[in-house]
Amino acid sequence: MNDGYSSPLRGTGLSEAHRTRIGLAEMLRGGVIMDVTTAEEAHVAQEAGAVAVMALERVPSDIRRDGGVARMSPVEKVEEIQKVCSIPVMAKARIGHFVEAEILESLEVDFIDESEVLTPADHAYHIDKNRFNVPFVCGATNLGEALRRIGEGAAMLRTKGEAGTGDITEAVRHLRAIHSEIRRLTTAPEEEWMTLAKDHGAPYSLVCQVAKEGRLPVPNFAAGGIATPADAALAMRLGAEAVFVGSGIFKSKDPLRTAKAIVHATAHFEDAAELANASRNLGEAMPGIDASKLPEAERLQDRGW
Amino acid sequence: MATVQAAVLALQGSVEPHLRSLHAAGAEPIELRKPTELNGITHLVIPGGESTTLHHLLKIHGLDQQIPERVRAGSLALLGTCAGAILMGKNPDQAPPRFELIDVDVDRNAYGRQIHSFVGEVEWQSGPGPGTGEGVFIRAPKFVRIGEGVNVIARREDEVVAVQQGRCVACCFHPELTTDPRLHRWFLGI
Repeated sequence: MNDGYSSPLRGTGLSEAHRTRIGLAEMLRGGVIMDVTTAEEAHVAQEAGAVAVMALERVPSDIRRDGGVARMSPVEKVEEIQKVCSIPVMAKARIGHFVEAEILESLEVDFIDESEVLTPADHAYHIDKNRFNVPFVCGATNLGEALRRIGEGAAMLRTKGEAGTGDITEAVRHLRAIHSEIRRLTTAPEEEWMTLAKDHGAPYSLVCQVAKEGRLPVPNFAAGGIATPADAALAMRLGAEAVFVGSGIFKSKDPLRTAKAIVHATAHFEDAAELANASRNLGEAMPGIDASKLPEAERLQDRGW
Repeated sequence: MATVQAAVLALQGSVEPHLRSLHAAGAEPIELRKPTELNGITHLVIPGGESTTLHHLLKIHGLDQQIPERVRAGSLALLGTCAGAILMGKNPDQAPPRFELIDVDVDRNAYGRQIHSFVGEVEWQSGPGPGTGEGVFIRAPKFVRIGEGVNVIARREDEVVAVQQGRCVACCFHPELTTDPRLHRWFLGI
């Protein structure tokens, strides 16, 4: 675990609704959340030990390839996936598209991902997540973005990484940025907090909280570019509390096997012998794209304000 | 307390809050992931998480057999919350396979999906009680059959929400998501 017993239990002092939302995020820790587009894939994910599935119309690598506007998953697809799952079902809404979020809430999805992988609906504002009962997860590339999303009501964060590339480098950059910015805050004297809040573009109250507690007030998971068991373990070693795997599973040669291996690696992320076992005979991972070679217009992580 | 060595099954789920609660109750818990780490453990917590995921990960190294064996031999006390409680019950022919350590059937997600999760008052009876406490119910399971010889230790309204049989304790809600260490303190004494 990357936390001691020194900081308060997350969620204490918050409203009942927010406590249950963060509580579900706590239950998902150490697990793998897998992108699925059909009931069959959801079944495979559940068999493999996924802790939740993310229902979407196309996985990020296909969205990247096909272009066009990427929207919320069709309702019947979400329902078809809910029918076969006993594990939580998440679904993505476009940034700022609060009506898509309301529809997903009425379907009783367990978590909504306000996601940069879909085409943003609003180029200035995110969804006011505090007014929903369903919990939200949002992407973040640095501490300021993370705290803005928490201020809007996100119960869980994830790195953005660079979805659909199979390249872990951006997720690593985001995890390192968030943790080094938290460390910097914890050593800053109190008179510097307001200016740091201004520099991060983050709510002052949350900056104070992080400075005192030394960690984010909600769980932070890794996402974007995780393609192998070793990638998942690297993210965990860098302080992620669970991982999302998008294209990495169903774009690999043997999805069930890859899925099981990533679940195994995430549970035993500090044990190299276990990781070697998980990585044996996997066959080909998804074909990747070097994220640093992407033209600016194709970078998904820059979406979000 | 006789020599107590507590552990939290750390394969998946709300591990850290349980470590924190055990700490607050006076123990120095370790994280347990592999069978060799069971040596010397007297009290084990199976945390909330996803029961199918936990079962899948327990099976890889045979912990799904070894934990129940140690409990049946009398050398291990077990506390399961939510997913942990599901694994400790019976439920013939339902996935995931259960440990059958407590004579109860436990239905998963019995209150519905996440939107029906809630915080409510629970009434501790024998064991950690008497007294009231806060129950955090997240996609919580329900005891749908309770066998004779099973001791009820908490209720919420008319429903039984925590039970004990021998050195096994199963709880449908999440005492580890509160700062109340009563259940953990009592558990360390059984």
